[in-house]
Amino acid sequence: MLQRCEACGAFAYPAREACPACLSAGLAFVDAPRRGALLAETTARVPSDVYFRERAPWRIGLVRMDCGPTMVAHLHADCAEGAPVLMSFQLDKSGQAVAFARPEGETPNMADDRQWREMTADPKFRRVLVTNGRSLIGQEAVAALKAAGAKTVFVGVSEPWRPFAGEQLLRGQQGIEVVTLDAADEKSATDLAADIGGKVDILVNTTEYVRPGGLLDRRGTGVARDEIDQAYLGFINLAQAFGPAMRMRGADGVSSSAAWVNILSVYALANWPAFGAYSASQAACLSLSHCLRAELRPGGVKVMNLFTGPIDTEWFQTVPPPKVAPRAVAQAIVSGLRGGLEEIYVGDVAEEIRQRLAANPKALERELDR
Amino acid sequence: MAAPVTIPYARYSIESAQWWIGRALSALVAKAGIKASDIDGLCVSSFTMGLDSGIGLTQHFGLCVRWLDTIPLGGASAIAALRKAARAVQARDVDIVACVAGDTNHVDSFRLTLENFSRFNQDAVYPYGAGGANASFALIARNYMRTYGVTREDVGRIAVAQRANALRNPHALMKTPLTIEQYLAARPISDPIHLFDCVMPCAGAEAFLVMRDETAASLGLPVARLLSTIERHNAFADDPMQVRGGWAMDVGELYAMAGVKPGDLDVVQTYDDYPVITMMQFEDLGFCNKGEGAAFVRQHDLTIGGDFPHNTSGGQLSAGQAGAAGAYLGLVEGLRQVLGEAGPTQVKDATLALASGFGMINYDRGLASGAAIFAGPAR
Repeated sequence: MLQRCEACGAFAYPAREACPACLSAGLAFVDAPRRGALLAETTARVPSDVYFRERAPWRIGLVRMDCGPTMVAHLHADCAEGAPVLMSFQLDKSGQAVAFARPEGETPNMADDRQWREMTADPKFRRVLVTNGRSLIGQEAVAALKAAGAKTVFVGVSEPWRPFAGEQLLRGQQGIEVVTLDAADEKSATDLAADIGGKVDILVNTTEYVRPGGLLDRRGTGVARDEIDQAYLGFINLAQAFGPAMRMRGADGVSSSAAWVNILSVYALANWPAFGAYSASQAACLSLSHCLRAELRPGGVKVMNLFTGPIDTEWFQTVPPPKVAPRAVAQAIVSGLRGGLEEIYVGDVAEEIRQRLAANPKALERELDR
Repeated sequence: MAAPVTIPYARYSIESAQWWIGRALSALVAKAGIKASDIDGLCVSSFTMGLDSGIGLTQHFGLCVRWLDTIPLGGASAIAALRKAARAVQARDVDIVACVAGDTNHVDSFRLTLENFSRFNQDAVYPYGAGGANASFALIARNYMRTYGVTREDVGRIAVAQRANALRNPHALMKTPLTIEQYLAARPISDPIHLFDCVMPCAGAEAFLVMRDETAASLGLPVARLLSTIERHNAFADDPMQVRGGWAMDVGELYAMAGVKPGDLDVVQTYDDYPVITMMQFEDLGFCNKGEGAAFVRQHDLTIGGDFPHNTSGGQLSAGQAGAAGAYLGLVEGLRQVLGEAGPTQVKDATLALASGFGMINYDRGLASGAAIFAGPAR
């Protein structure tokens, strides 16, 4: 995304309030062509800032974009002066979007670059806690994270003596450790954190508690309490148990703690009355995630929210397709972590809600009431 | 132009910028033998004055002025101050202008200045390794050196010559000799910038007075006459990387207005935040063609006794960079030279001097540039 003048078409960077080519005020952020050429590079060996001092030497360069502007950028180690590069904005440890230059083509072990890993939360070499291994999403997430090179995947299972489908995929597998966790139970979360809290680099909160219904078709607050207990209070339990140690370990070497992932219903953004109380519990979790993001930021730990439409599981049996396959959610978790993203939308429904919400929120509210 | 004063620099100071500026004003008054109330114009530059600008300083120092300016142009501040002050006295808006720059240097001042230097810098430079000016100029230096086949040894000649000059300046912060071997062996800071390419941030102040001839005569003050000046900002914006400064746009006018040629100058004071920028100025100020800077420094002796006396006080590289006073350092030393008051750094029979300024690396290049030619009473 770069600013482009609506009057004369010139691209501008750094961000400004008037076009340097024609002084128009109409500078909109648009997707800009990502290609450029590295004009010059340097390696900062004695940075003045404590963050970079710890990480020095740090390589940066000046990139001339094919579309015009020159950009100071963090450099992937395989970038060479004079050669083409591809630019992207990445979120750095402080949550600021910064320009990053990568070689135009793929290079060996490209994602393992030290400076690139500082911008991302790649699960490779990291230890991950997936909080609920009883669900399909949890099991798919474990498999995807293992396949992505996670060193260890801890997978939480409540009441572990109770058998569950897919159990054999988790038990006795190399690099997968089943641990006892019931997120809705404060003591359970605290006990687990006492055991492994210092080893969790990425936490994937796969808590799922889906029940249909809104307000008038239900009697009393029992189900709503369960929804809040499981999703919202469960989130708080997990955050209080694991968040402080994660925040402290954000700079703990190349495989530091890196990210917290929430899987949220896209109806957290706009209430879907057919699952109205559930939507509200998800909205509460979304709000809480922003609080968590702010509180984890000083440690350089990202919070990624993954928004999904109805998932192809038993609690959405009555909902017609398209539905999201649990595997697609798992793959999105990995790709989001590799890209160091804060938000990711999985599937057609989630993407549609995102677009319609941006276009006309009142119309979306009305149309969801069907 | 009269009464060049320098308040000796200190690496760190617990005083405020206002303290340093106050010392400079006091020294100006003492040197010119005037009363503070005779000063009716004030021009100040500083990075570390906090919320104050020139207006706050009038009350702070008990000055009642009818012409006031605050110039935030970094290394180009002195030339800009001189230009504005000269026009103001010429137009009789004001009689005696005190041009002063001063900065303090607390232990964390320099990092804070880097972090908060400009909006573009804050958005699009500082978050990239926080290498500060060293990293930004490293990119410019690398491109310039590659483009024109300049070696570190070529650039190092400038730093080494300035250190030799500094050894004769009792106020220079750098007091030990520097050989080209030491220069080349220095630790890298931000390649190709190495330790002796960098200035030492410090506290200090510099100042001079600007007035009409007749005012100076009535005060019995020795003066230098301003022959010409140029100033230019954001020049050559279409150059993908900076290989020339704004001087190159106006250099013809600089010499034509003064009625002199580059070869007539007795002493040259360039803005040396990095020696490679000085080399660029040798080209852009007409001492050689673009791309010939390296050959020029190989062919000339840049020391006080040499055939091209340059940055005779040691420049910022060896005397220290006292914030905005760094802009004034060359101009004030040039004034001392043509007034014959430079003492241990005096170039014999110097009567014609050039001083230049360069500043404000807002994003990827230095935006501000300026230069002045002035002559001593003997010319």
